[in-house]
Amino acid sequence: MSLNILKAGILDSIQDGGRFGGQYMGININGCMDLFSGRLANAILGKELHGPVLELHFPSSVIQFKKEAIICICGGDFSPALNDKAIPLNQAIVVAKDTVLTMKRLLSGMRSYLSLLPSLDLMDWRGSFSTNIQVGAGGWKGRSLKKGDILNYTQSLSYGGMLQGRDFVILPWKPGNLERNTSVRYLIGCEWNWLTLDAKLNFEESIFQVSSDADRMGYRLTGRGIELKKNIQLISSAVSFGTIQLLPNGNLIVLMADHQTTGGYPRIANVITADLPLVAQKRPNDFLQFKLTDLATAEHTLIEQEKYLHYLRDASKFKIGNLVHVSM
Amino acid sequence: MSLFHPYTIFPLGDSALLIDFGNTIDETINNKVYTLYSHLKNKSFPFIKDLVPAFSSLAVYYDVISLQAFYKGSTAFESLAQIIEKLTLQTIYPSSTEQRNIKVPVCYSLNFGLDLRELEEIYQVSAKELIELHAAKTYRVYMLGFLPGFPYMGEIDQRIAFPRKITPRLNVPSGSVGIAGNQTGIYPFDSPGGWQIIGRTPLSLFNKNTRSQPALFQAGDQVNFYSISEDEFEHFKSRHS
Repeated sequence: MSLNILKAGILDSIQDGGRFGGQYMGININGCMDLFSGRLANAILGKELHGPVLELHFPSSVIQFKKEAIICICGGDFSPALNDKAIPLNQAIVVAKDTVLTMKRLLSGMRSYLSLLPSLDLMDWRGSFSTNIQVGAGGWKGRSLKKGDILNYTQSLSYGGMLQGRDFVILPWKPGNLERNTSVRYLIGCEWNWLTLDAKLNFEESIFQVSSDADRMGYRLTGRGIELKKNIQLISSAVSFGTIQLLPNGNLIVLMADHQTTGGYPRIANVITADLPLVAQKRPNDFLQFKLTDLATAEHTLIEQEKYLHYLRDASKFKIGNLVHVSM
Repeated sequence: MSLFHPYTIFPLGDSALLIDFGNTIDETINNKVYTLYSHLKNKSFPFIKDLVPAFSSLAVYYDVISLQAFYKGSTAFESLAQIIEKLTLQTIYPSSTEQRNIKVPVCYSLNFGLDLRELEEIYQVSAKELIELHAAKTYRVYMLGFLPGFPYMGEIDQRIAFPRKITPRLNVPSGSVGIAGNQTGIYPFDSPGGWQIIGRTPLSLFNKNTRSQPALFQAGDQVNFYSISEDEFEHFKSRHS
């Protein structure tokens, strides 16, 4: 009654909606990099949106389900396959006992999310299942998944009747209207006015490239250098997921899910929450351009995204509920 | 205590705001930050997700959806900014906490003080003088941040207030004691970082299994550094591991 890791990926870890309440002592938030896709996977299975999921990078772990489960994969397209047969993203799939999930080929994106019914037996550290690798706490033993790991299910559900001997069955419902905005919108940051006029124009008009130094902590960008009016030292102060800091060498860094709680570099802008998944799915050498927006738009977009996920979750929960009821 | 010190409220993205009392290290201002922090924490507003106090600023993480549900019409940011402005018009009393003094052993050897040589060259200061100046003062912990349990302490003697490194180091070992501008701090974990590293402490700064207070330091603590040898460092490590 478990999910077994047959082969380790480069960085696969348990993440959720993030760990809040410990930032006053420097405990960072962690959580899914692409919070939309992570929650979408949960929504399609009718689960708690902010609950834990597996965040997979490519090459990913090879995973065997030792007992029947319903799974859903969202986010980056790594060509998922069950027992070597291709399966779609964004759909609930009933999986037979002993079936093996592999990610064949990187088609798009940077991170893929796997949600599962039943839930996994994981470690809650200070109110969240997200893995804090630095501290070694939360999720699965506070670390990324390794070969030989056995993640137990919290309960046993039987879907055998639906499978009728097959390896898996794709359930019919799909989320609609998944198209997303392609430009990354930002709000001006606390130190925006420390920039020269040229720097402000540069920031808006330049195309930036994601450097190879892009991980769960932050994305360093390369592009035209951005200059400050004068060199003022900033006293350390809070930063958030999406804060764009200006480094002393003129380069920019977009802070991501594992960002530090506070920082001392000028915060020139913040990517709006609704567009952070776009950044989280960028790969090194990808390009991105920033587009100014306002708070009202940022909040409106965020609320629409939330509503969408909630409706989808409620509808899926009903469908899944019927299924489980019938098969049990 | 009244919070009539001028402050500004600025969006930190769309899900957090920053109450900024000015870009300065000042004990009175820092006390106001923590008084407001405790006050907001005790209010337990359902729409506040997290509070991040720093030297002279307090960030408030909020839930846009639940704030919008409470206060329709304006943005969640404006609604919360108004709530905070109203609160700070009232008298807020600081919660009295016991002043602690923590003595921190530091080995300032060249093996641990990774930037000592470079600082000597660039700033024409001897390592001996630098170490004496660093260990001479009593510092105040102004905030924790950056990494779990990382204490930001001030203020450093002006003669050794070196700016951060232009290119941050990719890995600073845990226990490293550093300088950045007026501040001094200690890395609780191995981490990338831009502070000028002058020594290392054998103390453990963060214990994840301690539920209530996993961090060794808390804001308001007084801290003194004292110099130890590499032998003493190793001895301390072996005794406490």
